[in-house]
Amino acid sequence: MTELKTVPSRISRSAGFLDARLGGAPFLRRNMRKIFPDHWSFLIGEIALYSFVILLLTGTFLTFWFKPSMAHVAYDGPYGPLHGVMMSEAYASSLELSFEVRGGLLVRQMHHWAALLFVASMMAHMLRVFFTGAYRKPRELNWIIGVLLLTLALAEGLTGYSLPDDLLSGAGLRVTEGVVISLPVIGTYLRFFIFGGEYPGDDVIARFYSVHILLIPAILLALVTAHLVLMWRQKHTQMDGKGKTNRNVVGAPFYPMFMAKAGAFFLFTLAVVVGLATFAQINPIWLYGPYTPADISAGSQPDFYLAFLEGALRIMPAWEINLFGTSEIGTVPLSVIIPALLPLGIILVGLILYPFAERWITGDRREHHIAERPRNNPHRTSIGMSAIAFYGVLWLFGANDELSAFLHVSLNLTTYAGRVMIITMPVLAYIVTYRMCLGLQRRDADMISHGVESGVIKRLPSGEFIEVHAPLTEDADAHIRGKEAIPQLPPGANGEGVPAKAMRGLIGGLRGRMSTAYGGEKIPINGANGHNGHNGHNGQGDHAAVTSGDDDHALGR
Amino acid sequence: MTAEDQPIEERAERVPQRVIGTPATDSPMLGAPETPEAEYVPPEGVKPADERQARRAERKVVLCFGITSLSVVAFVYFYVTFQVGSTQATGLSNFALGLSLMVAVLTLAIGIVLWARQIMPKYTLTQDRHPMLSEEEDREAVAEYFVQGANESGFVRRKVLRRALLPAAAALGVVPIVLLRDLDNTKTAAANTPDRLRHTVWGEKTKEGKPPRLIIEGSGRPIRAADFNTPGGLLSVVPEGHEHDLDALAKATVILINLRPEEIKSGTNQNWMHNGIVAYSKICTHVGCPAALYEQNTHHILCPCHQSTFDATDGARVVFGPAARALPQLPITVDAEGYLIAKGDFAVPVGPSFWERGDAEAKANTQGGGS
Ligand code: HEM
Ligand code: FES
Repeated sequence: MTELKTVPSRISRSAGFLDARLGGAPFLRRNMRKIFPDHWSFLIGEIALYSFVILLLTGTFLTFWFKPSMAHVAYDGPYGPLHGVMMSEAYASSLELSFEVRGGLLVRQMHHWAALLFVASMMAHMLRVFFTGAYRKPRELNWIIGVLLLTLALAEGLTGYSLPDDLLSGAGLRVTEGVVISLPVIGTYLRFFIFGGEYPGDDVIARFYSVHILLIPAILLALVTAHLVLMWRQKHTQMDGKGKTNRNVVGAPFYPMFMAKAGAFFLFTLAVVVGLATFAQINPIWLYGPYTPADISAGSQPDFYLAFLEGALRIMPAWEINLFGTSEIGTVPLSVIIPALLPLGIILVGLILYPFAERWITGDRREHHIAERPRNNPHRTSIGMSAIAFYGVLWLFGANDELSAFLHVSLNLTTYAGRVMIITMPVLAYIVTYRMCLGLQRRDADMISHGVESGVIKRLPSGEFIEVHAPLTEDADAHIRGKEAIPQLPPGANGEGVPAKAMRGLIGGLRGRMSTAYGGEKIPINGANGHNGHNGHNGQGDHAAVTSGDDDHALGR
Repeated sequence: MTAEDQPIEERAERVPQRVIGTPATDSPMLGAPETPEAEYVPPEGVKPADERQARRAERKVVLCFGITSLSVVAFVYFYVTFQVGSTQATGLSNFALGLSLMVAVLTLAIGIVLWARQIMPKYTLTQDRHPMLSEEEDREAVAEYFVQGANESGFVRRKVLRRALLPAAAALGVVPIVLLRDLDNTKTAAANTPDRLRHTVWGEKTKEGKPPRLIIEGSGRPIRAADFNTPGGLLSVVPEGHEHDLDALAKATVILINLRPEEIKSGTNQNWMHNGIVAYSKICTHVGCPAALYEQNTHHILCPCHQSTFDATDGARVVFGPAARALPQLPITVDAEGYLIAKGDFAVPVGPSFWERGDAEAKANTQGGGS
C-alpha cells in the first residue's frame, strides 16, 4: 500500500463528529507534535506510572475474590497442611485466590511485585529529579505532588500488606498498632478508633480494605493525573547539549515516535512484572499460616520500602520518659515515637522544603528547564547523597539480625555500629560526594582546555613522549560548557559594604553565609560562556533563564 | 457536505439564510477534503528510513507480533488444560500462564520498539518555550475581575456577613468528626478507654468460677506443674476459655519458663512463681510482637521484631534492644489437681507503652504488689 495523501474519510468523519462536539482541533494541533526530550533517566518516572496502571488492573482482579472479613472459618480448601485450621475469611479467600482461581496466584504475585516496583521507581525518579535540579521553578508544585504520591504509596503498601491476614502481615499490623498506641495524648484513642475496639478486633481488615482499594487509589489517581498535566503544560526538562537552551525543547514528537516508545515501554514494564510473578515467588502466605497475636514467624520483615522504619526501631536506644512522674498520665515512649516519626518526618519535610530553601539561599527566581549536572551543584548533590546514606543505614539495619549472622558478629555490636553509622555515614557521604563533585568539575575544565586523551602516543623531536589530545565533540563540548555558576545573593552580607535588607540580622546573616557557601563557581571552566562571575543574575549567555528576578510580584507565583 | 457542518443554531429572523447550492463554510476536522492527485511529501528535515533496512525490520516486527499471537493462544490453552489445587499443580499453572503471558507481552514490546527505531524516521524537532508567567494584560484583567467580584459580593465591606460565615463553615466541619466517634464499636466512654489496656482476661474467672488454668497454646490442654519439670524449657500458654479469642490473646499470651532455683535473681517475684516455673507476658513491651525466642544457656528471651532481649532469671528486665520495660510477670500457682493457674491479673499493663500508662509499677507497689 502507498502512503496516505489525506486523512481517510472514515477517520475524518468520526473526528469531525467529535470536533463538532468538543472543538478539539486547536488542542490537538498544539499537542500531537509535542516534543519529548529523550534520556534514559526520564524513563524512570514512566515505570512508576506503568506499575501504577498494573496495580489498578491486578488489584481490581483480586477484589473479585478477596473477602475483607475477619469472621472465623475452618479452612476446607485444597491446601492440605492447613486443613481444618481456624482462620479469618480474609486469609481463606487469599488462599482461594492462590490455589483455586486459575491465574489467581499469578495476579496476586504480579500485584505484589508491581507494588514493589511502583515504590522503587518512584524513589529512583525522585532522586533523578532532585540531583538534576528539575524541581526548580517552575516545577516546585509538581515536586510537592511527587512527595505526596510517595507518601501515599507507602500508606497504600502498608494497608495492602495487611489484607491477606497471614502471620507475617499480622506482625506488620501489630507493629503499626504499637506505634499508634505510643503517640502522646491521642495514641490510645486513635488505636481504639482504628481497630474498632480491642486489638486485633473484627474491623481492621474491612477498614484497611476500603482505604486500600478506594480512598488512597482515588487520591493517587487524581494526583498522578495532576502530575502529568503539569508536566505536559510545563514541558519536560532536557539534558544540556548542542542547541539546547532554557528557551526551547529538543526531542522527538509525541505522535508517532513518543507514543510508540511509551506504549512499548509500558509493555516492557508489564513483561518484567509478569516475569517476576512467574519465576520469583513473593509472599507465599500459605507457608505462614493464619494470624494470631500469640505467634510470630522468625525473620519477620516488612516490604523493602518500610524497612527504613524497621531499622530505625531496631537501632533506637530504649528511651522512655514519664513526663509528670504520676501513674496516670504522661508516658512518652521515645524508643517508639522517635524512630517511627523522626526519620520519615525529616525525609518528607526535607523533600518538600528543599526547592524553597534552595531558592531562599541562592536568591534564584528564574525558570529552569535544563537539567543541571549533579557535579555542577556540589552542595545539593552532597545533601542528596547524605540523605541517601541516612535512609540507607536505616534500611540496612532493618535487617540487623541477618547482618550480624552474615558478618558473624554479635547482634549488640551490629546495633551499636548502626547507632554510630546513622550519624557518621551521612557526614561522610557529604564530604566524599563534595570532593568527587569538585574532582569531576576539574576534569571537565581540563577537557575543555586540553581536549580528551586520544590514546595516540607521539614522540616529540626532543625525545619526549606525549599523548595527543583530541578536541571534544561539539555536543560533549556544549554539554560541559552548559555549566552555570550557582546564583548567590548580592555580596555584602559578610563582606564590606552595607548588607542588603534581606541580609541583616541573625537570620539574614546566616542566609548570606549559606548563600556564599552554596553558590558560586567552584572550578571555573576556561572560556566558558561568561558564567564565571559570582553574581547569579548576570547569566545572559546561551543559558540565560527565561525571566530574570523581576517577576517577584507576579500573580501566579 | 457532512452532518457535522451545521453552524450554531441562530434565530431565523436574525441570520440571512444560506443560499441553497452554495458550499458550506466548515470543513472536517482533519485536513482538507480528499484531493487524490496530491502526493504525500514528508516535511523538510524528515528523512524516511532507508527502504531496504526498513524491509528487513518489517520482517522482524512481523515475526515478533506473530509470536505474540501464538503465545496468547498458548495462554488460553494452558488456562484450559492446567488445573489448580495442589501446590504442584498451582505452581505448574502459574509457570505456564506466566511464561506465555510474558512472552506475548515482551514480543509485542520488542516489535513496537523495532518498528519505532528502524522504520519510523528519526529526527529531532525544536520547539520554543515560553515563560509560564501569563501576559501582563491577562493578569491585570484577572486582578480587575477579582476586585470587582469581591466588591460585588460585599465580602469585604460587610464584616458581619464574613464573621458569621466563617464560624458556620467551621461548625459544619465538626460533623464528620462527630460521625467518626463510633469507629470504636465498643463505645467505651472516653475516660474509661485507657483502663481497657490495663487488664487482661487472666484477672477473670472461668465459667465455673475458678481462676483460669494455663493452656498450652495450640493444643488446648492445661498443664500440670509436675509435667513441666525440665529446667531450660519454654512453653507458650494462653488463658483457659480464651484459646481462640484473638483479642484476649493479643494481651494475655504468656511464656512459661522453668528455672533452677539458684539461677533466680532478685528482679523475679518469687511469690508469683511455682517450683521454679515463672510466667512472663509474651507481648513485647516495645511495640507488641510476641517475644517468642529463648536462649537456654543465657536465659535470654528475645523478641524477633527488633531484637529486644530480656533476662528471664531477673524479672525479664531488658538487657538489650529498644524495649524500655521488663516483660510483666504473671502471678501463678497450682490448683487442687496440680494444674498451673493464674493467681490474678498482671500487676501492670502488658505490651507497648501508652500515654496513660504512667508509672504503673509504683502504683502496683503501693497497692501491695506481692498479692
Ligand atoms: C497503588 C498502589 C497499590 C499498592 C502499593 C498495593 C499493595 C498491595 C500489597 C503489598 C498487597 C499484599 C499482596 C499479597 O497478598 O502478596 C496488596 C493486596 C491487595 N490489594 Fe493492593 N496495592 C495497590 C493498589 C491496589 C488497588 C488499586 C486495588 C484494587 C482496586 C488493590 C487491591 C488489593 C487486594 C484485593 C489485595 C488483597 C489480595 C490478596 O492478598 O490476596 N490494590 N496490595
Ligand atoms: S516488638 Fe519486640 S523488640 Fe520491637
